[in-house]
Order: sequence, then C-alpha cells, then structure tokens
Amino acid sequence: MDSALLVHRLHFAFTVTFHYLFPQLTMGLAPLIVVLKTLALRRNDELYNQAARFWARIFGINFIMGVVTGIPMEFQFGTNWSHFSRFAGGVIGQTLAMAGMFAFFLESAFLGLFLYGEKRLSPKAHWWSAVAVCAGSWLSGFFIVATDAWMQNPVGYAKSADGSVQLSSFWELVLNPWAWWQYAHNMSGAVITGAFAMASVGAFYLLWGQYKEHGRIFVRVGVVAGLIFAVLQLFPTGDGQGRMVAHNQPTTLAAMEALFESAPGAPLVLIGQPDVPQRKIDNPVILPKMLSFLTYRRWEAEVKGLNAFPPDTWPDNIPLLYYTYHMMVGLGTIFIATMVIAALLLWRGTLFNARWMLWILLLSLPFPYIANTAGWITAEIGRQPWLVYGLMRTSDGYSKLVSAGNGLFTLLGFMGMYTVLGILFLFLVRREIESGPTTQPGTAH
Amino acid sequence: MPTVWFMIVSVMIAAYVVLDGFDLGAGIIYLGAARTTDERRKILRSIGPVWDGNEVWLLAAGGTLYFAYPQLYASAFSGFYLPLMMVLWLLMLRGIGIELRSQMENPVWQGFFDVVFCLSSALLAIFFGAALGNVIRGVPLRPDGYFFEPLWTNFRLGPHPGILDWYTILAGVVALVTLTAHGALYVTLKTDGELGGRARKLALTVWPLQLVLTLVSLVATWFVRPSIKENYLAYPIGFLIPLVVFASLGLMFVAIRRGKELQAFLASCVYITGMLVGAVFALYPVVLPASTDPAYNLTIYNSAAGHHGLSVGLVWWTLGMILSLGYFVFVYRMFRGKVRLETESAAADVGPGDGPPHHVQGRAQSPIR
Repeated sequence: MDSALLVHRLHFAFTVTFHYLFPQLTMGLAPLIVVLKTLALRRNDELYNQAARFWARIFGINFIMGVVTGIPMEFQFGTNWSHFSRFAGGVIGQTLAMAGMFAFFLESAFLGLFLYGEKRLSPKAHWWSAVAVCAGSWLSGFFIVATDAWMQNPVGYAKSADGSVQLSSFWELVLNPWAWWQYAHNMSGAVITGAFAMASVGAFYLLWGQYKEHGRIFVRVGVVAGLIFAVLQLFPTGDGQGRMVAHNQPTTLAAMEALFESAPGAPLVLIGQPDVPQRKIDNPVILPKMLSFLTYRRWEAEVKGLNAFPPDTWPDNIPLLYYTYHMMVGLGTIFIATMVIAALLLWRGTLFNARWMLWILLLSLPFPYIANTAGWITAEIGRQPWLVYGLMRTSDGYSKLVSAGNGLFTLLGFMGMYTVLGILFLFLVRREIESGPTTQPGTAH
Repeated sequence: MPTVWFMIVSVMIAAYVVLDGFDLGAGIIYLGAARTTDERRKILRSIGPVWDGNEVWLLAAGGTLYFAYPQLYASAFSGFYLPLMMVLWLLMLRGIGIELRSQMENPVWQGFFDVVFCLSSALLAIFFGAALGNVIRGVPLRPDGYFFEPLWTNFRLGPHPGILDWYTILAGVVALVTLTAHGALYVTLKTDGELGGRARKLALTVWPLQLVLTLVSLVATWFVRPSIKENYLAYPIGFLIPLVVFASLGLMFVAIRRGKELQAFLASCVYITGMLVGAVFALYPVVLPASTDPAYNLTIYNSAAGHHGLSVGLVWWTLGMILSLGYFVFVYRMFRGKVRLETESAAADVGPGDGPPHHVQGRAQSPIR
C-alpha cells in the first residue's frame, strides 16, 4: 500500500475513533437526562433534579471533548481527503452543511442555557432546553450518519462532465434506506452506552454505600433503558442493517462472516480465526445453516462467498473486519443477557442487594464503547476497497499533494493531543463521580 | 446561483469573525487586562455561555463552503494543510482552556489554563489573519486545481510563496490588533470597575496602531494585488466600503472616549465586516487566486457544486438560518447585561448601565465558578 494512503487512512481512523467515544455518550445520555428532568418535574422531587444535574455536569465535560475532537473531522474532508471532497462534495456537502445549520447551532445555543441557565429559567423552560440539546445531538447524528450512508450506498446523484458527482435528488439522499437503518442502529447503540454508564455509576454508589438513593435512580433508569435498547439493537435495527449489507454489499457480508466459498445452507461462525491465504477458518464453532436463515429467512438459501467476487473488490483487511464484526455481535448478545437478568432482579425488588449483579453492572462500563467502536470499524473496513461504494476507490480519494511525511507529522500531533485530552477527561469525570450527585455547582469547587 | 452562495458564504465568514472575534479578543487581553482571580472569572463568564455557539459559525461556514464550492474546499484545505492542522490544535487547546479551567479551584491548574487560553487566542488571531492574507495574495495553484504550500519559503512574494511572507505576516498582525481592540471593547461592555476601565484604556491605546495598520495594509494590498482596483473601478459603489471602514474606525474612537460602550463595540463590528467585505468585493468572482498563472484561478464558476444542489440548498439554508438566528437572539438576551460574580454584594453593583434587577442580584450562572 502506498504509504501516504496508509497515513491518511490512519489519520482519519484514529481521529474519528477517538472522537466517537464522546458523541456516543452525549447522544446516549441526552435522552436519559430528559427522562430524569421529566421525573423531577412530575414527582416534584429534588432527588431527581440532583440526579439530572449530576449527569449534566458529566455531559458538559463529555460534550466539550466531543466538540473539540469533532472540529477536525469536518476539516479532514478537505485537508486529507481532498480528491474525495472534490468528487463527492456536490452531494455530501448537503448533509454536512445541514449538520452545521440545523444541529450544531441548536445544540450549542441551548447547551449554554441548559448547563448554566437553570437559575435563570423556570423549571419548564429548563426542561425544554434539555429537550433542545437532546434534539440537536440526535439531529447531528442523523446528518453525519446520512453522509456515511451515502458513501455506503450512493443514491440521488448524477455524474457530471468533470468526473465529479452532483446531487440529483435531495429526497433520495435524505431518505436513503441505508441511512435510516444505520441511524436507528447507531442511535440505539449510543443509548446503550449512556444506559450502561448510568447503571455503572449507580452500581458504584450502591456498592460504595454512598449516595445510595441517587445510585438506585441511576441503576433503575440505566437498566430499563439498557434493556429496551439492547433488544432494539439486535432487532429490528441490527437485523435490518445486516440485511441491508447482504443486499447491497454482498462482498462485505462474505468477508464479515469469513465465508470463503459460496454455499447453500451457509453456517454462522460464532468463533474461529480466519486464515485468508488458505481460505479457511481455524478452530471454528458454528451454527449450521444459520447464516442462510438470518440473511434470507430460508435455511437452504445460497449465500455468496468471497470466491464469487473478484479479489480486487474484497475488503483489504478481512481478519480485522471479521473480528470487529464478531466482537460487536458477541457483545450485543451479552448486553441483552446482562440487562435481562438485571431487569428481572429489579422487577423482583432484589437488584439493589444483589452485589454480584451490581459488580457486573459496574464493570460492564467499557464494553458498550468497544461494541460501538467495533461496529463502526465493521462499517468502514467493510466498505473497502471503496471510499464511495462502487464509485470511488479509497486509493483515489486522499490528498495527493500532502505527503506521507506531512500526514505523519500531524497524526503524531493528534495522538499526543488526544492522549492529554483522554487523561484530562478521565481525571475530571472521576472527580465528578467521587464528589457525588449532592454537590451544588458553584459551591464545592 | 454561484454568486448568491458567494455572498452567503462571505456573510457567514464575516459573522464568524465578528462573533468569535470578540471572544478571541477577550482571550488576547485576558492576561493583560485581568489582574485578579475574580477579574479573570469575569472575562471568562462574559464569554462562557456564548463562545461555543460562536465557534459553531466556523463549522457552519466551513460546511456551507464545502457544500457550495467543493473544489475550493478541497484545494484550499489540502493546500493549507499544516497551518490548518495547527489551527485545529489551537482551537482544541483554547476550548479546553476555557471549559476545564473552572473544573478545579487550584491556582496551579488555573494558572496553566489561563496561559493556554491567552496564547491560543492570540495565535489563532494571527493565523486567521495570515490565512486571509494568503487568499488575497494568491497561492501556487497547479493546472489540476491543487497546491501545497510550505509554512515558509523566503518570506517574499513570488510565484511560489510560503504561508508566511511579509504580506501575510502583516495581515496576521492586523488581525491580532483588530481582535485585541474588538475583545477589549466587548470586555468593556460586559464588565465594569477596574477591569472595565483597563479594557477601555487598552482599546484606546491600540486605536492609533489600528489606524496605521489599516492604512498600511490597504497600501500593501494594492501593491501585492494591483488587480483589486478593477472591481472598484467597474462598480464605483464599492468605494463606499473603505469609507465605511474609516468612518467606523473614527466612530469607535469617539465612542470609547465618550464612554458609549455599546456604540464602540458595534463600530468595531462594522469595521471588521467592512474590512472583510472590502477584500471579498475586490476578489469576486475569484475565490482563490493563483500566484502561478491567473488562468488557474479558482472562481465561483469553476469550483461550485451542481445547480440542482445549490438550489435545494437555498431552501434549507434559509430555514436553518432563521432558526439559528432565533436561538442566538434568545441566548444573548438571556445572558445580557454586565457580568456579576456571586461574591459581589448586590448593593455595590447598582450603577449606570446595569441590566434588569435579577441580574444585579448575582444569580448569573455561568461555567466559570
């Protein structure tokens, strides 16, 4: 691989992966904070207000990390991927510009009111500011996902004389079926991160024996939301997304499943290590015929393997794709199991005393992050070797005049900068959690 | 259609410079004007609820530029690769400087972020000025519409200049001084007491320098790009722009002297807008001139997106703009008036120019604790 291409790919991969650690919590926590604010209004209970304020403080720290790491994403379309931008800007410029006009303005304007305006606003107005922040973050999610969805499944475009593509139908772009499945799947994944974070902090307080009343609220809201969205993550959103891939990107599906040969009644591989040169899977644990059923709803349906496609259209890193996909699915299954058990205990009224389950909730915090990241790697590695599926190869899209040396210089710079940001984030969130939900802003620190 | 979007993008960039300009400026004067912890808090509070919204104008303007002129976005962003990456790092440092400083009540922690905030603000002003300087001077575009500029070559003009040469450095200094005054006037407007007085004095001290630099930059631009006069000669109404620039500069001085804080700040807004409009008026319809050969110029015609996309965009852009202006007016109204800290007693605060009573009672909540 051309080393400049590699550097530019790593540059985007690194910055976007780090960036998305924050928006997933922003988008996941926002609706949960609205839930807490609603409960506070309905029950007129200060406890819920404290709970909402506590999560708003963490939300604030998280949000600022998302903002500062988000600005480079928009820039990199021009700086590192200029040939792609010239090619596709006439189409995806629409969704990217709309993200700014409709979502970022809304989010940033009301975030200030939401975080710092509680004493200036009536409780109702403050509730509305929380709803506006939530709506802004969910809208930004849509426009960004719609941009990616166009790269996965280009629609609503026409080729123009200079070789670029231009918008031909706005509604086709916005109503791209890929965008809606991917959006549903992605947002549900974000709420899972938010729900696990809330349940995890609640479990921590209960195990610690401090702020137990708040801890119970956090665990209850986290487990209920976690259960709902862990199930939605599998069905219908995960199933819909999967069949979308099977239909539009059959090569990607074959590589995700490491299905080297086409076969009727294809098995689903649960565990195993793909050996691409030998075209086989080592140590496989399989469910016979399951892949055919999941993909086509028929046990004997034929699923196309990699051998059905020319090797130069295979994703260029099949093992990584296979592993991230299997991690995502495996973790998603574990999330459902965890939340079903926790919800059963909650229903029977024994969850808050079941220390073993609280430990599981506490320690589960990192896994939704891993699953969401693995899911995005699956989507992006799975699209390779295409930058825009079927239209532009990744190797044609980067900035040809920005040398590998210049790219590496800034990649290393971002790595250093993000290490500092990550440390600061963990340090500040740890302080918030330790000082607890009863702290009043402006008095304790 | 490309002309409409040219105006829209110009307006958005001007809005960004005017809005984020005052919080950048507040950062530039931060260490100099604010001596005590409370004074520093006041400056941060004056920008706390709005700076992020202001910065979104950069993202929105960038997004709109990308949407309307993909070719320009692709060429300019990859050509200005290194300085843009540095701008990104500075924006990040500045953002965390503002927001994280208040997270801990520790002098070492706060001292560190104070310096980060001030330095990154000043450097950003210089970088933005230099960027504008590059666009006016022209860049070494190749026939395929791309270029790559190193940070510097020999600091001289010519077909293969660097990002920094004497002209772009001059533009950077002009931006630094302009935003210093702009920020000082904003702080004057939003605070009182010794801090407000010091900011006002600073704006007065900088004023003669601003006047001289405006003249020098005008002459230098004439020298660097003689073709700027073409549009002005073709459309003599354009001569109103320099007139407005100097009138607003004069008004600024008079208003500061008379203590009319809002007038002075607004004059500075007009001055900045005038300078930008003047540059844009001279460039039109070129959006990125080539220092190599005028035939390679990027214009609004050869870098615009397709007609259908631009027409559709006009609909949602208008809608989005109306909504966004609504939020902005609402937020600025919520946080209007002079900044108060909880520690100040309500009685001592009442003075001329104070906002409605509920502000005076020190209930202002802002990130800066």
